[in-house]
Amino acid sequence: MKKEEIYERLNNVFRDVFDDDSITVNENTTSNDIEDWDSLEHINLVVAVEQEFGMKFNMGEVTTMKNVGEMVDIIMERKNN
Amino acid sequence: MKSFLKELKYPFDVEYLIKNKRRIKKELLNKEGLIEKRIAILGGSTTSEIKNMLEIFLLNNGIKPTFYESEYNKYYEDAMFGNPELDEFKPDIVYIHTTNRNIINYPSIIDDEDTVNSLLNAEEQKFIKIWNNLFTKFNAVIIQNNFEYPFYRLLGNKDASDIHGRVNFINRLNDKFYEFARSHNNFFINDINYLSSCYGLDKWANQLYWHMYKYALEVPAIPYLAFNIANIIKSIYGKNKKAFVLDLDNTLWGGIVGDDGVEKLAIGPEVPMGQVYEEFQNYILQHKNLGIILNVNSKNEYENAIAGLNHPAGVLKPDDFIIIKANWNPKNMNIKDIAAELNLGADSFVFVDDNPAERHIVETTFEGIGVPEIDSPENYIRIIDRNGYFEMTNFSKEDLNKNTLYKENAKRSQMMATFDNYDDYLKSLEMKAEISSFKPIYLERIAQLTNKSNQFNLTTKRYTLADIEAIANDDNYIKLYGKLADIFGDNGVITVVIGNIKGEELHIDLWIMSCRVLKRNMEFAMMDEVVRVAKEKNIKTIFGYYYPTLKNKMVKDFYDMHGFKLIETDSEGNKKYRLDIEDYEFKNNVIEVER
Repeated sequence: MKKEEIYERLNNVFRDVFDDDSITVNENTTSNDIEDWDSLEHINLVVAVEQEFGMKFNMGEVTTMKNVGEMVDIIMERKNN
Repeated sequence: MKSFLKELKYPFDVEYLIKNKRRIKKELLNKEGLIEKRIAILGGSTTSEIKNMLEIFLLNNGIKPTFYESEYNKYYEDAMFGNPELDEFKPDIVYIHTTNRNIINYPSIIDDEDTVNSLLNAEEQKFIKIWNNLFTKFNAVIIQNNFEYPFYRLLGNKDASDIHGRVNFINRLNDKFYEFARSHNNFFINDINYLSSCYGLDKWANQLYWHMYKYALEVPAIPYLAFNIANIIKSIYGKNKKAFVLDLDNTLWGGIVGDDGVEKLAIGPEVPMGQVYEEFQNYILQHKNLGIILNVNSKNEYENAIAGLNHPAGVLKPDDFIIIKANWNPKNMNIKDIAAELNLGADSFVFVDDNPAERHIVETTFEGIGVPEIDSPENYIRIIDRNGYFEMTNFSKEDLNKNTLYKENAKRSQMMATFDNYDDYLKSLEMKAEISSFKPIYLERIAQLTNKSNQFNLTTKRYTLADIEAIANDDNYIKLYGKLADIFGDNGVITVVIGNIKGEELHIDLWIMSCRVLKRNMEFAMMDEVVRVAKEKNIKTIFGYYYPTLKNKMVKDFYDMHGFKLIETDSEGNKKYRLDIEDYEFKNNVIEVER
């Protein structure tokens, strides 16, 4: 799976979860950049991403992911291996 | 408005729900006729997403909730010691979301039997105190989780049978909860033990969600939990379904009776598919005993439909149904007719049909009708059952007789046809009414009626059993129920009036009657009695109120008909009427009244 494709699909997930069509994520996006992205919404986001890509994050990954770029790296690794 | 027909029924598209909950909520808020309820969620773990999902499912049932949510794991403190915010909130419903994570002391393998029993007792008493305290403080309904099984078994299989096992401990504790539920009317168990086993305990108990977010179940399981809670709540507020409308070919039996002939139908023990349909018919028949009305809606020649239902191996017989529509009309037209004949709204029906095209036309014609997405026959029961259409919260004796009542009504219609004069017909019924102040044995039925009645309902106020109990004991109210019997049978409690006494005035807060007894002059007998009781209490003026809804047009002239004067109409069409009690003329001359 190509990085561009992942970003495109991820962007749609973000827009759905936060119900905001103006969102565009890049590798540096963090929870500080999106108003409704608090710790409670974070879990919904993670579940939605998992379901979009048909994969699961493990606990270590969920705790250490710092920005969208790291999230994409994990998805790439999981889908391309 | 976009309706979320498929998304909000079992089985769920969890991915869709999680991604679109905000959008769905916005849409559902546009629904008309939402009733508002205050719900306090007292959690022993994180409840944020449970609240969000519950809101969606309640809105879908026409209930608009406002929430109080306890701080993380403060269910005990909130329930026992209260806090100003919760006290101010005055919940209609308290939902206690506790799980096996909230059991403080499990037995250890070295404990003797007395110690284990005292641990059990301590856990039980902790909860009983909470419930009693909430009951004393709030006039609310309590919904309490039971406990799901633990995600590991230290003793292996023996964990279930040995008193030291957690599985054993949880089973015993759950039993204690059920005892409380059996002896308290306003207390309901939310059965997460069953839910988690349907969902799969290993998935349900996914520990990532506990350690990361302190959710005691995995987030994708939350729609199932919230749906289950919403079903209990909608049932409490009278929003259960009341009737099945069933297709025949490939729904109640395998094959097409008109083409294949009765003898070729798959029904009965000989072949696997026959067994599946036999079990399904049996499942449907059991609903009849719960007071669910059975009807047929099938594209068939009538004779063929009856022949199929008379199949010797069939469980359901023609006599089990109230209305059988077997013709070539569109199915939504048949449903409209069935609704009219039963005097029920189509939104109280569950339409079961194997054909997705028929389901679609019915679902898009009638808002709120239940249309389970059945697929393969071996799944029919599960899909219908999990949707919780008939969730039994307040089960009254009237429910047991409902099918008989509808049959008796059919006989009355036949008799009516033999009279030219309607009064003569009414007199021939030899009606006897019992009209009296609320009595303890009827309170459950009264509460149920206040929630079920939509058409003959002047104000559409809803009351919980707790509200009705409070009114029954309050001298500031005139509160009457009416029962009606005739030569064909006893209809039981079918009408309720609640009036609030303010000095020399009586304000009628609630006036409802079951449509089962429409046009029998029962409302006149009832008004006569209201006036008689009011006079005894030195009341000089009675005020009546009519609040229009989509469903109660049939009573828009109710007070005019009883000689009240219209004194106020506001911009929403709400009307206020006045009657000087001295001007009242007694009207009932066909019903013998007992007090």
